[in-house]
Amino acid sequence: MSTAGAPLLEAEGLTLRFGAIPALEEVALSIWPGEVVAIVGESGSGKTTLLRVLSGLVRPERGTVRYHGADGAVRDVHGMAESRRRLLHRTEWGFVHQNPRDGLRMGVSAGGNVGERLMAVGARHYGSIRAEAAAWLRRVEIDPARMDEVPTRFSGGMQQRLQIARTLVTRPRLVFMDEPTGGLDVSVQARLLDMLRGLVADLDLAVLIVTHDIAAARLLAHRMLVMRHGRVVEQGLTDRVLDDPQHPYTQLLVSSVLAA
Amino acid sequence: MRYAIRTEGLSKSFTLHLQGGVTLPVLHDVELAVAPGECVALAGPSGAGKSTLMRCLYGNYGAGKGRILLRHGETEIDLAAADARVMRAVRRDTLGYVSQFLRVIPRVATLDIVAEPLLARGVALEAARDRATSLLARLNLPAKLHGLPPATFSGGEQQRVNLARGFAPRYPVLLLDEPTASLDAANRAVVIGLVEEAKRAGTAIIGIFHDAEVRERVADRLFEVHPIPAAA
Repeated sequence: MSTAGAPLLEAEGLTLRFGAIPALEEVALSIWPGEVVAIVGESGSGKTTLLRVLSGLVRPERGTVRYHGADGAVRDVHGMAESRRRLLHRTEWGFVHQNPRDGLRMGVSAGGNVGERLMAVGARHYGSIRAEAAAWLRRVEIDPARMDEVPTRFSGGMQQRLQIARTLVTRPRLVFMDEPTGGLDVSVQARLLDMLRGLVADLDLAVLIVTHDIAAARLLAHRMLVMRHGRVVEQGLTDRVLDDPQHPYTQLLVSSVLAA
Repeated sequence: MRYAIRTEGLSKSFTLHLQGGVTLPVLHDVELAVAPGECVALAGPSGAGKSTLMRCLYGNYGAGKGRILLRHGETEIDLAAADARVMRAVRRDTLGYVSQFLRVIPRVATLDIVAEPLLARGVALEAARDRATSLLARLNLPAKLHGLPPATFSGGEQQRVNLARGFAPRYPVLLLDEPTASLDAANRAVVIGLVEEAKRAGTAIIGIFHDAEVRERVADRLFEVHPIPAAA
């Protein structure tokens, strides 16, 4: 972490409406290398929409998202060709979906799910792809002996860990996570969060994580944005937003959580 | 005076929106300056705002009014106006805080919890672990516990983990909130030794010490935090 340099991703004035309902209103946000930023808020606050707009999956009505690429070039995420955006999603970016089925290929073996991403960035040697896939399965606490099984035979927690391995194997610079612990049992959530915490620190990842789980955000995030009705109502250092909330909505949110 | 950390007109109040917007003033015009190598004990009755002041200094609470000036490397930073990224760098390199209770991170081993702030500063893994091990040993935490997460430790053991983590990086400024509250006499003596050593190394220390014996041993002076009289 340094306080110098340029942000990886910079968004300004993001606005989007679904009919009469404002999904995003004038949202601005930047994320720097090595930073974990949590976007919190209740269902319908616009946080998942924001993640989809930031990652180029949904186009805003107004506003811009700029990405500072590994090659030094700054590009408008919504102005670039679809092919380049796809390339980014395969290489410098990662996306972890709430439902592992949206991020995995359920008919392909666990090892194949991880190895496929490596092949997409040019890896060709079968032995080393398989070895690296096995190393990543171990890293996300999946027994490599099960690498030839399809993920449909895995528990929800294992599927989610597999999706994380598949996402991180290519060493993305920026990872978008949409409620990564959303569908999991509490005990499984804790394990996944600890694993994510370690991986994020080891790989020096920049992560934008959408969650309604305040305790998870406290554990993982350096910074936090609180969203309500499509607006960012408060943002700052995670522990300050949670321990000294200023906005009435943040105070309500924090006071509704048991020992976050 | 050369100072490590200094406040100017620091004020803090809390507005409770869920209680009809009532405002509770806690700190008013606090002027505190602490020099390198000096230990200042915050004094004042319970509820006077000592912990609130510590949390404002650490950036855990936002400052309402005034400035908090900190020497950070070669620069001076106003923490009251610093953004989250600057605050993170300040906490990594300059400003440490030992809270009363360890915020337990599930499943992370004690040794790693203590070594983590060193690793964040770029200390090599082995050196960080060595320093963590020696501090934990000095605080009488048995070696067989170092590899375990502290979730199941006693209050005193957790506090010693917290202390080891706080003293490990040798921050230029260290905030100690009741560092000896759950410790026995032997471990209180260890903490007194750690504080004295840190002072000799030039660390500026601000502490809340309810234990009078510890306070008299380590504090160079007291700084009175005055409760704000209830509004008439």
